[in-house]
Amino acid sequence: MAEPIQVILDKCTGCKLCVKVCMYDAVTVVEKKAIIDEKCTLCGACVTACKYDAIEIRKAVYRGQEVEAYAGICLYAEHRHGKLASVVPEIIGAARELKVAHDRPISAILLGDKVRHLADELIAYGVDEVWLEEHPGIGEFHEDVQASLVARILQDRKPEIFLGGGTIIGRSLLPRVAARILTGLTADCTELTIDGDSKLLQQTRPAFGGNIMATILCRHHRPQMATVRHKVMKEAEKVDGHAGKIVELSYPVPKPKIEVLEFVPEKTETVNLADADFIVSGGRGLKDPKNFALIEELAKAVGGAVGASRAAVDAGWIPYSHQVGQTGKTVNPTIYFACGISGAIQHLAGMKGSDIIVAINSDASAPIFSVAHFGIVGNLFEVIPEIVKQLKG
Amino acid sequence: MNIVVCIKQVPDTTNVRINPETNTLMREGVASIINPFDAYALEEGVRLKEKHGGKVTVLSMGPPQVESALREAISLGVDEAVLLSDRAFAGADTLATAFTLAAGIRKLGGADVILMGRQAIDGDTGQVGPGVAENLGLPHVTDVRKIEGIDAEGTIVVERLMEEGYLRLKTKLPMVMTVVKEINEPRLPSLKGKLAAKKAAITVWTAKDLELDGVRIGLNGSPTQVMKIFTPPKPAGGKVIHGEPHHAVAQLLEELQKAGIPLGKAKAEARHG
Repeated sequence: MAEPIQVILDKCTGCKLCVKVCMYDAVTVVEKKAIIDEKCTLCGACVTACKYDAIEIRKAVYRGQEVEAYAGICLYAEHRHGKLASVVPEIIGAARELKVAHDRPISAILLGDKVRHLADELIAYGVDEVWLEEHPGIGEFHEDVQASLVARILQDRKPEIFLGGGTIIGRSLLPRVAARILTGLTADCTELTIDGDSKLLQQTRPAFGGNIMATILCRHHRPQMATVRHKVMKEAEKVDGHAGKIVELSYPVPKPKIEVLEFVPEKTETVNLADADFIVSGGRGLKDPKNFALIEELAKAVGGAVGASRAAVDAGWIPYSHQVGQTGKTVNPTIYFACGISGAIQHLAGMKGSDIIVAINSDASAPIFSVAHFGIVGNLFEVIPEIVKQLKG
Repeated sequence: MNIVVCIKQVPDTTNVRINPETNTLMREGVASIINPFDAYALEEGVRLKEKHGGKVTVLSMGPPQVESALREAISLGVDEAVLLSDRAFAGADTLATAFTLAAGIRKLGGADVILMGRQAIDGDTGQVGPGVAENLGLPHVTDVRKIEGIDAEGTIVVERLMEEGYLRLKTKLPMVMTVVKEINEPRLPSLKGKLAAKKAAITVWTAKDLELDGVRIGLNGSPTQVMKIFTPPKPAGGKVIHGEPHHAVAQLLEELQKAGIPLGKAKAEARHG
């Protein structure tokens, strides 16, 4: 097999830009020419970094399917407890922008038991066609059952784009569907656009803990699939009198291999992190687990959720489900209050996407201040009660 | 019980620094580590073996240097290590990776439990676990925070983290699961483990060993392609407020109001008004 990555020696100036961007230590420069060794994962970072177009990755083209046969944007209408997941109107918002620019109809796959009211809601949000299957066997969410239904619907109806939520369910279901129908899937996208010339979906997402952004294409396979990060895209507004159509499906529903025994909701007086518009997080600076009461008080005052840094979770001050950061949850609230959090890069990875970051820390040199839009240098035991007081006042 | 743990060697992104002048990543001094989520999967695999007997095999796909990660896994109590390594595997996206790992698991003779971390910290996709399960035709559960138990008939009950709580799920082995950090606290390597790691023979399988079609692996088997990579724009410098709490807070709330985000009383009025 020919080596797929090549340095074009005539163009290479030995500038070492490629060496600097390689995360895998696979490039060296010998006698002013780049050499790429076996550690290379073909990630493409050097190709885009090179100012002289001196590195190329050549890929053999195998036509997946007849791409011309595919048309329209489809989305997965995730729902729980009789309601659409809050990411769904956001996906519709993103889909509608693509529709306006490129005139593509929007469809939604809705699977469940007694969910017709959700079909009407999808249409109100601007979906043109709801592909609905109602069946008592799909009242509970099962990846294997849903994956088999979604795969068959996509194969029969052939949308060119298929989007799901970057939620626990979306990120579990869509990879299974992609592996079944053999197409590309991009995780947790924060931007979706359609390229003017190629008409391909440009899927932009953070990687390396948000330190770099990558734009991904799926050229020869359909549908082009992506999960969309929650709370990034603008929610679609309901359109009065939007005319949509419900198409009823009746594919055979397989038996699930996994049984749901029970759902145990988290006991918390505040809202859950993924949905919160306001998040108040506490870190090592709280010094003692009982001081989380302060964080909860502010969270209640702003109507938000309680988050925590890894340090606070590892110390056992608060359950893991509250952890924000690379090994915890990724959140994108309107305001993120970081209280007594120094701002380790792994924490920043989980909250950098917040619209506004407010940092409260006694150490003016803490890295959190470099990403914060507003910061108060001060003692959080004085500052937080003061915020609560002024908010109530 | 036959346990397979899939791991990935990744750059330690927690130590990545950004060059403030060029706004680019500085890789210097960044070590390669076992993906932190996979460390929990390894620990859980070893615990399952300790409880139920059997064997733990660690499996990875990657270039030859991944061997060091596999030896580390052996030092943590894993019995055998297999590396799927071939230049033809390079450039694999999650679809091709899942396909290749599944082929490796098949060649191992399958497994009762296949474990991996919920996502790798370099790609952050979390797509390989469900993909492996689909390729093997097995059920999968992502984001497992606890294995409640496995009975003699191979019925397993797990707790799966959701956004707003957790689900208790029951299925029959074999199955694939991805785990979150909450599931355990990984042990440190033992002296015996370190010696074993030194001596262990690592099995290496190529595309030919797995009898894989070149169309389905590596760059050629990957529908997705990176078009461009860039560093996100540097955050604009924020406003830092010093001074005594009463005034500092008053100024903060004023700034937030100016930014168009009503809080507290103003927000309540906006909602109900």
